[in-house]
Amino acid sequence: MSGFLLRRLVQAVVVVAGVVLIVFLLSQVIPGGECKAVLGPKATLVNCARFNRLNGFNQPVLVQFAKFLKGLVWPIWHPNLGYSYKFNEGVTQVIAQRLPRTLVLVGTATTLSLLIAVPLGIIQVVRRNHPTDYTLTGLSFLLYAMPPFLLGTLLIIWTSFDLGWFPSQPPSGVSAWAVFTDPRAFVLPLVTLCGITIASFSRYMRSSMMDALAEDYVRTARAKGASQRRVLYGHALRNALIPILTLIGLSFPAIVSGAVITETVFNYPGMGLLTVYAAGNSDIPLVLGTTLVATVATVVGSLVADVLYALADPRIRFGSL
Amino acid sequence: MTDAVHEDPVFGTDAQLTPVPLGFEPLAPGDVVPEGGEAGTSGGIGIQILRVFVENKLAVAGLVVVVSMVLFCFVGPFVYHTNQTNQQALLLTLHAITNGAPGAGRPLGTDGTGFDILGRLMYGGQTSLTVGFASAGVATLVGVSYGALSGFFGGWLDAVMMRLVDVLLSIPVIFLLIALVTIFQHVSATLLIGVIAFVSWLIPARLIRGETLSLRTREYVQAVRVAGGSRRRIVGRHIVPNAVGTIVVFATFQVADSILLLAALGFLGFGVPAPLTDWGTMLSNGSDAAGNGWWWQIYPAGLCIVLVVIAFNFIGDALRDALEVRLQRR
Repeated sequence: MSGFLLRRLVQAVVVVAGVVLIVFLLSQVIPGGECKAVLGPKATLVNCARFNRLNGFNQPVLVQFAKFLKGLVWPIWHPNLGYSYKFNEGVTQVIAQRLPRTLVLVGTATTLSLLIAVPLGIIQVVRRNHPTDYTLTGLSFLLYAMPPFLLGTLLIIWTSFDLGWFPSQPPSGVSAWAVFTDPRAFVLPLVTLCGITIASFSRYMRSSMMDALAEDYVRTARAKGASQRRVLYGHALRNALIPILTLIGLSFPAIVSGAVITETVFNYPGMGLLTVYAAGNSDIPLVLGTTLVATVATVVGSLVADVLYALADPRIRFGSL
Repeated sequence: MTDAVHEDPVFGTDAQLTPVPLGFEPLAPGDVVPEGGEAGTSGGIGIQILRVFVENKLAVAGLVVVVSMVLFCFVGPFVYHTNQTNQQALLLTLHAITNGAPGAGRPLGTDGTGFDILGRLMYGGQTSLTVGFASAGVATLVGVSYGALSGFFGGWLDAVMMRLVDVLLSIPVIFLLIALVTIFQHVSATLLIGVIAFVSWLIPARLIRGETLSLRTREYVQAVRVAGGSRRRIVGRHIVPNAVGTIVVFATFQVADSILLLAALGFLGFGVPAPLTDWGTMLSNGSDAAGNGWWWQIYPAGLCIVLVVIAFNFIGDALRDALEVRLQRR
């Protein structure tokens, strides 16, 4: 098991290092340089030269990269991601205010999706090829093809403007805990984000469960006279759940992407909305900063999912893989 | 992030790992065997593929939707003339009305600028479909070449090339798209094609690499090698053509994904600049005024996106089934 985890950890570190390099390279390929993006396309040569000198953009690329790296890792509890021109504040500080909001949204949505999708998948297997199965299949197909921005917009129109059930604006208050003080306002963003994941999770759960039911140990259990209930929940379900853990890890990039759109639809002040705002204002350091932070969060999330996977799968736990 | 697990386990493009395609039970082998003959004797392999495809009603429906949508967007404007570019001229005409409800002369109403929505759907659809097809094409081409080379050469080159794919795949797509659009500033259809292709070539690269790894040990590839065939010939004439099923299926799904990505970018405000438009931008403009009850600015554009995406997914599923049959017939 430690071998698997060690390999996985090294892989995560390599990926993060690669992303750091890519983010740095992206900041280097801005046409006309960062100066034109910040001071405007009509900035004079003199002003640009001055801007570059002040910000150290006139130094050799390698020196800049070394500085960038040093800022990131030292001190590690306070990484320096550059300076946001729009907020006139360090990128790290700006992101630190918004990150908890996104983590709450993504975390709650992922947990909720699992709690709903796993039973849905099981129902589809138990009622295989019955109208229930077809209905759920059709529904998940529709949800899958429904982009989150459309789902969010429709939810606002129907449940907020037409029926008045939920507010169309996010929970007020800046802190991450505001959502719990105003849960009604948190419902629509949550439903939107869950919509895209439940469809794929439940489909995967269905096929994972079907695979498990085709295994030899299920036949053995049946031959020994185990009840359908025991076969389903005692044997098949426990094995079918293991691949789901991998799926969660793999789904994090998509869920985080979905969060960007959901936050924009509902004006939910998280990192996604911040990124869209920063991009709309050509605040490149902030955009690259949120990209880096979102990626690291994704990689860490996948790592955690894989650790759980290792703990859950006896073949890995006892070291045969 | 392990190579053994493919990216989208549910609606993914990897035929082997998705046991039950959405909405379809796998075709029984007997379904497609020509009557009273050996497989492959009545009609070529192409005919068989076509037959399996046509038997799938959802796929045919999907194809009909796609074809009619292409006709609607590209031929429609010749039948239904509207001004979609010149706002000044538009405001001078008598019928121009902003946010007009559907009625005589404007079947789907008008938008906030006064452009006719039905005409705008055609005009925006041109961008959406063009960017969707083009970026899927570019992504497939780049991904296939990259994956084939990586898998064929193997060793440290393969390791380095695939780590790059790992790294790029771990960046959430929307963040990468936004970062690229911000860096290159002036958004145009060409830029969007490039940017969407840049985030989409990774999956086919991985798929084709896997396929290449298994193909290159096959006997016929060994035979070409022994006979002195060049590496270029092996990759170009033997490995890529044998992976064509995977490639075609991926490309079909990718068109749907590209259209969705473009719509998402449009919705976030990074679509093509006015007076150009795309379905996502139209939806975005419409939903800004969602509280006003101007449904005609929201539903038609949303419906177009969902219809085309579902249609391409149906086609992709059917192609996967049909091409799997081809593999079984070998």
